[in-house]
Amino acid sequence: MKKFRTHLPILITGSLVGVISILLVLWGNPANMGFCIACFLRDIAGALGMHRAEAVQYIRPEIIGLVLGSMIMAMMNKEFKVRGGSSPVTRFLLGGFMMVGALMFLGCPLRMVIRLGGGDLNAIFGLVGFALGIFVGTLFLKKGFTLKKSYSQTKVEGLAIGVVNVGLLALLIAAPAFVFFSKEGPGSMHAPIAVALIAGLVVGALAQKTRFCMAGGIRDSIMLKDFHLLLGFVALLVTILVGNLIVSGFDLGRGLKVGFADQPIAHTDGLWNALGMVLVGFTAVLLGGCPMRQLVLAGSGNSDSTVTVLGMVAGAAICHNFGLASSAAGPTMAGKIAVGVGLVVVAVIGFVNTKKV
Amino acid sequence: MNQIDARGYSCPEPVLMTKRALEKGTPLVVLVDNETPLENIRRFATNLGYQVEWKELGEDFEVTIR
Repeated sequence: MKKFRTHLPILITGSLVGVISILLVLWGNPANMGFCIACFLRDIAGALGMHRAEAVQYIRPEIIGLVLGSMIMAMMNKEFKVRGGSSPVTRFLLGGFMMVGALMFLGCPLRMVIRLGGGDLNAIFGLVGFALGIFVGTLFLKKGFTLKKSYSQTKVEGLAIGVVNVGLLALLIAAPAFVFFSKEGPGSMHAPIAVALIAGLVVGALAQKTRFCMAGGIRDSIMLKDFHLLLGFVALLVTILVGNLIVSGFDLGRGLKVGFADQPIAHTDGLWNALGMVLVGFTAVLLGGCPMRQLVLAGSGNSDSTVTVLGMVAGAAICHNFGLASSAAGPTMAGKIAVGVGLVVVAVIGFVNTKKV
Repeated sequence: MNQIDARGYSCPEPVLMTKRALEKGTPLVVLVDNETPLENIRRFATNLGYQVEWKELGEDFEVTIR
């Protein structure tokens, strides 16, 4: 019973993220994309003109809410502590390659679970790859991989990401002509601003409180036989599955389409779905958390995670400027090369930062 | 006294440092600088059947495992 009480908050968080994801789609977000950190950061990069892929440009309030929700929760619980300086350049690069992997698969680990619960079986390949990437990452951690210590920093280093997000919100509401907003495609599909913002705030606050992380669950289960965070992952998957069944009126044929072909914003290349997520899992372990967790940590004063998020945004811009991102038609040759290069670079980063313990 | 300073390291490194240090025996004192490693170390050591106590030391936390 005591054990159950320890696990209850993470179970509630996983379930609520699932419910909110389903609702966001009903309110206008693209299918199987209630939440997707990689996609949403990519959309923001596009809105700011950092890439010119016209279908994916929008300032996603979910991201703003996640960061600010985490920041508010951290401050309320006196957990807002500004720390940073643990290999920032390496983290920037890892964040960039994390995005290369996510945009090969077309989703962050959170969207991977959302896709899976939406009947998109391509996500199984993603999940296998993700778990494999995490496993490889844990081998490095066991051998003594470290990005070294972080240090106490000035408040500005921690608060900056909050100010940037307030600025993004202002840009979204004012919608000046220089900001790019998609007129068609996934970027044009979105829940109302207030709804999406509140959704982000709730998830950000809960995730900060419970340390909800899509990579941490599998990592801790492999390395420490600690299944606490994995329960959040499972709760999310079950909720998404049940939620989609309810929304589709338990109609497996039309409502909830289970299969590989013609899934929303997805492709059917199993190998590259898997390899993309290997890169995401691997980088997530070296960085200490999945893309969503990086946003939440950034909100709670971790400037190393802020740098990682900036790396992800830069990575997204590069992906769309140079045709590395996949589309429904499948992966691109340039994208495959980038994922290959990414795996090599991340492995090298792993080796050079591993000290025998 | 077995003691390690895990301040500044990001998760799960403090837990791994604790795991390695526990092989050298208890009591073990671990210093961490925020709540996430504090919770992770408490959960990890409690799951293994150790007694865990902790107290705040300014901005940091001192965890004692025995």
